[in-house]
Amino acid sequence: MNTVKLSALKPGEAGIISALNTEEDLFHRLAALGFRIGKQVNVIRGARFAGPLQVRIGTTDVMLRINEARKIDIKPLS
Amino acid sequence: MKRVALLGMPNTGKSTFFNRITGASARVGNWPGVTVDLLGAKVLLGGEIVELVDLPGIYDLHGFSDDEQVVRHFLENNAVDLVLLIVNTSQIERQLSLVLQIKQLNLPAVVLLNMSDEARKFGITVDTQQMGEVLDLPTVSLSAKYGTGYKEAYQLINRAVQASHPVRLERIREMLAQDAQIEAAMEAALSKAVQIPVQLSDNLTARLDHVLLHPWFGLPLFFVVMYVLFQAIFFLGSPLQEGVGWALDQLRQGVLDPALAPAPAMLRGLLLDGIYNGVGTVAAFVPIIILFFLFMAIVEDTGYLSRAAFLMDALMSKMGLDGRSFVMMLMGFGCNVPALMGTRVMRSRALRLLTMLTIPFSLCSARLQVFIFITTALFTPRAAPVVLFSLYMFSFATAFLTALLFKKRFQNTEPFILELPPYRFPTLRQMALRGWHEARHFLNRASKFIIAGVVLVWLLTHFPAGAAPASPQTWAGMIGAFLSPLLDPIGINQQLAIALIFGFVAKEIVIGSLAVIYGMEGTALMGLMGHQLDWVQAYSFMLFTLIYTPCLSTIATIRSESKSLPFTLLAVGWPLGLAWLLSFAFYQGARALGY
Repeated sequence: MNTVKLSALKPGEAGIISALNTEEDLFHRLAALGFRIGKQVNVIRGARFAGPLQVRIGTTDVMLRINEARKIDIKPLS
Repeated sequence: MKRVALLGMPNTGKSTFFNRITGASARVGNWPGVTVDLLGAKVLLGGEIVELVDLPGIYDLHGFSDDEQVVRHFLENNAVDLVLLIVNTSQIERQLSLVLQIKQLNLPAVVLLNMSDEARKFGITVDTQQMGEVLDLPTVSLSAKYGTGYKEAYQLINRAVQASHPVRLERIREMLAQDAQIEAAMEAALSKAVQIPVQLSDNLTARLDHVLLHPWFGLPLFFVVMYVLFQAIFFLGSPLQEGVGWALDQLRQGVLDPALAPAPAMLRGLLLDGIYNGVGTVAAFVPIIILFFLFMAIVEDTGYLSRAAFLMDALMSKMGLDGRSFVMMLMGFGCNVPALMGTRVMRSRALRLLTMLTIPFSLCSARLQVFIFITTALFTPRAAPVVLFSLYMFSFATAFLTALLFKKRFQNTEPFILELPPYRFPTLRQMALRGWHEARHFLNRASKFIIAGVVLVWLLTHFPAGAAPASPQTWAGMIGAFLSPLLDPIGINQQLAIALIFGFVAKEIVIGSLAVIYGMEGTALMGLMGHQLDWVQAYSFMLFTLIYTPCLSTIATIRSESKSLPFTLLAVGWPLGLAWLLSFAFYQGARALGY
């Protein structure tokens, strides 16, 4: 199945994390917030004017900028 | 003395727990190897007095953020007997990673599964005994907010303290095993002891977010909420402020004046007109400040501020700031000092400094007082609100301009990732504790500076001996004359110049100093000023007052928070220059147009 960037998902869509293409520091931060390979992410909403995304991972809601979302590879769930 | 460290991720209720266990008796202390202030307290645990240290909330011991390095340096330079690990139970599925890292370092630890009330609401259940066995660490479930589970927690902690021995670590990062191993251990612990429902049942947060984060109404709604909040602070605070002012007057007339009557006139003047009046002016603002902290603590604890950060981030990122910077600027509209302290949540120093540079432009409540007085004196009732509104616009514009100009110098590469916690409502006890804690902190910090400041201003306006107070013959008058080549081009006369010097100490004193300078009060003063000044001069004076050097408390806070003298000088010098330039452009422009 194709992978896409997390930034390409629309509100209401979900996917499984397949890769984190980030520098070490951000990798650790994401991992501690629950972003690990194989985990499911749901995109809840995006802010206006290309603002940050609100995503749910497990029991945590996290906001992150599109820039960071581009570094996360996702296998979309239909 | 044994040393116990309190550690946990952000948003775990760590400070609530710390306040509860120390009874808010904590003091800021210095620690070897660590440059930031950490709170510490001496508490009775396990039958002996131990030192409890509150470490910053961190996600991970691997990381390179300021806070993560602080924790590593602390553990590498100070032997620790026991670590109390606070975990947010409803996020246990990811927060166990920090627990496992501590375990890997062979630090003796007790695991405190906090926010058990919230976890229960979400349908998350943890078999505490099983979890303790899997982790091989004493584990207990509690709620720091409601105080349940404490008896058991204390027993476990007491036993752990008695059995503990000091551990000093070296090279923490090398000791930590691969993430894959931690992940496997997490899975094992979770599958044995934790049950998480597939669908989380926090409908309230989802419903509130649906409205409060609405793509179109979210932001306007936020501004309405903030507006109502500020109105409430002044509606409730003003009578209290007047009450305190009245009480201080009574104390002076009834007790201090008679008591000091035999003292030499100079000493009496310094003590009463200088220190007592100066400190009294600030003391009268304490109720407003307490209310302000209280309201802000409520908004913060509910989780609404992180939503504001979400809504504003797109705009702020264009100025090299992020959503949190905006929240701090808003807090600055009440008082700049707590807003500056609030920037501690930022991990990147560049971002923190840039935000701290913009906060002093927020039109704080003290400046608002000055503007209300002057607009009432010099503008028609129809024009006054428009004038006031224009000053708010200048406040935002100068802050944004500053960020745009300096964003290259304080380049921020920190990714903006923030948790959106579920909405919570703090208990009355929590609110009272927070308000008291913050207000005491403010008073400690402000008092030294304000006493020194008012003494200086009193001396300037009363010497050399024999000169009429605040007259051109005093030192303050001489400074006014000396500054006139600078201040004449922006329409500020020598009387107003003396008021500006007062305003450097605290904007609250500006109106009072005008009263001393003109020798009259209230409506009479308004009338005289309306006579002597025209609106162009008055507006120029207000522009300068809005933008120039923030008060002494703000400078002191910038100094202590940035720990950098060059930065503090920049934060004083830049607004001063900008204030002059804008006032000059306005005054000369208006005069050129024939006003």
